[in-house]
Amino acid sequence: MSTLLEVSGVSVSFDGFKAINNLSIQIGEAELRAIIGPNGAGKTTFMDIVTGKTKPDEGYVIWGEKSVSLLDMNESQIAQAGIGRKFQKPTVFEEQTVRENITMALKNPRSPLDLLLNRAAADTEERVRAVSDDIGLTDALDQLSGALSHGQKQWLEIGMLLAQDPRLLLVDEPAAGMSATEREQTTDILVRAAKTRAVVVVEHDMEFVRRLNCKVTVLHQGSVLAEGSLDHVTKNQDVIDVYLGR
Amino acid sequence: MERTFIAKNPSVLWFLLGLSVFTLLVSIFSEAAGSAVISTSFLKTLGKTLCLCLVAIAMDVVWGYCGILSLGHFAFFGIGGYAIGMWLMYARTKDIVVGSLENNILPPTPDEVTTAIGSQIFGVVGSSDFPLIWAFSHSLTLQLLAVVLVPGLLALVFGWLAFRSRVTGVYLSILTQAMTLALSLYLFQNDTGLRGNNGLSGLQNIPGLEAVSQATLSLWFFWASAFALGLGYVFFAWMLAGKFGSVIRAIRDNETRVRFLGYHVETYKLFIFTTTAMIAGIAGALYYPQAGIINPAEIAPIASIYLAVWVAIGGRGRLYGAVIGAVVVSLMSSWFTGGSAPDINLGIYIVKWTDWWLVLLGLTFVAVTLFFPKGIGGLFDLISSRQEKQQ
Repeated sequence: MSTLLEVSGVSVSFDGFKAINNLSIQIGEAELRAIIGPNGAGKTTFMDIVTGKTKPDEGYVIWGEKSVSLLDMNESQIAQAGIGRKFQKPTVFEEQTVRENITMALKNPRSPLDLLLNRAAADTEERVRAVSDDIGLTDALDQLSGALSHGQKQWLEIGMLLAQDPRLLLVDEPAAGMSATEREQTTDILVRAAKTRAVVVVEHDMEFVRRLNCKVTVLHQGSVLAEGSLDHVTKNQDVIDVYLGR
Repeated sequence: MERTFIAKNPSVLWFLLGLSVFTLLVSIFSEAAGSAVISTSFLKTLGKTLCLCLVAIAMDVVWGYCGILSLGHFAFFGIGGYAIGMWLMYARTKDIVVGSLENNILPPTPDEVTTAIGSQIFGVVGSSDFPLIWAFSHSLTLQLLAVVLVPGLLALVFGWLAFRSRVTGVYLSILTQAMTLALSLYLFQNDTGLRGNNGLSGLQNIPGLEAVSQATLSLWFFWASAFALGLGYVFFAWMLAGKFGSVIRAIRDNETRVRFLGYHVETYKLFIFTTTAMIAGIAGALYYPQAGIINPAEIAPIASIYLAVWVAIGGRGRLYGAVIGAVVVSLMSSWFTGGSAPDINLGIYIVKWTDWWLVLLGLTFVAVTLFFPKGIGGLFDLISSRQEKQQ
């Protein structure tokens, strides 16, 4: 499996506190990966670095087969290069319909003039449908997204990411605040998505991670503590110490 | 496509219908049509109000839709006025000067003509030389281009600097306020080349149309203003109808999220800021020939704040709301401050509206912001939701 994203030797500190400390992670193409770790382990900061929100003090972030550095790109360029991100708190545009939300995310030219002059592309409706079917929101297409339940908003946001057709999907705590059935559906959506692209899930709920059934990376104090299958890492003495010691 | 645009925006049809009926009624009752119901000076007030509506919808697009609270958009309005005013003043003065020199025994040289025009225009600031910015004032076409391009260019450069540094919220408002203040103070100086605090005057006289009466001219300008407002309304409604409008409203609600969707937010903001500045310039170019005079006090910071107050009272985020706000507030303002509002005698104190109007406006603004955040336009939501309930 070829490498899609390579993070190597990255460190970043905020006011002297090392949030990320010499972190190295490789993500392959069409891989499903879970990143776990206690609070403050640097999970969210890792995502901030990859998506361009935070610039690291040292290290490299290399992307794709052309090995371009993501550190020289801004947020929208990184998004256009094929990295999509789902935030911890669902942030959909509440005053717009589900359809408008998905349409905005669809992979299309994104300059103002493109949007003004080449109005709707012919296959827009089809592609919106495909996404809404995937996340189970087809019936709610014309609803204001602010009227959706918390779980549905999470799915809509995942759907917006899928609509962007990214090669790498970063998902921050997708199951937070969801009911048991909603969690199951969320797992299905993510596993399905990972068949055609890389999906990285940050989560601290072990049950949820177990259901994803994938390779797990454990972060602790800004660097990798252990990596492997969930069973493998939960037997690791360091991991047990970190989780139980807290 | 057209059908869906109208179907999605029923307000466009209603607005155009209302505007046409209004224009027709005003035309019938104007002095030019032989009626005395609407005086020429009131006709001018109506025409000016239409121009204010146009700049108000531009403000609504930039603030109500895109979330940029610009407190400097009246500067662009004023620049449009100055740009057209330069041609009006130059061309008219030239006609007068050439007319008076005709009686000389020796035909005047071109230099003499230019000097005579110069001393006519710039005599009030003690000069007779044409400043560099008047280089194109002889050409109507070039000055008309300036009406659009100068505000556009200023907005482009200013917006690029501000948005690129990710200046947002109240800081951006202060910056735009500073821009219009600086421009106004600059124009107040005599050596700026735009006649300092005298401003440009006599703009109601259109060169080449001396034979046409002011009553008829005012009606023409009223029509032009109504046409520009209709066109501007349709243009903005079209712009905001599709996915572009969706992205603009998304930027208002959560700029960061839009950035992660892969949109270059700064470009969009710049596009909106510049386009609305250009429309504001056009509105100003139609307004000041009806007002007859423009001076730097017109673009003082308070003017741009008024603009925001109109939009807030009328209802942000809906184009007709901006129109309602501009009409209601500006007409009420001229009624209260024009001396026609009756004073209220409280026995111990007489409330003079010329003094108390600003207090009333301020209180209204606070009340609307606190209790009716959707403004007057929000009433339409109540009506439509009641209709839905009945069905």
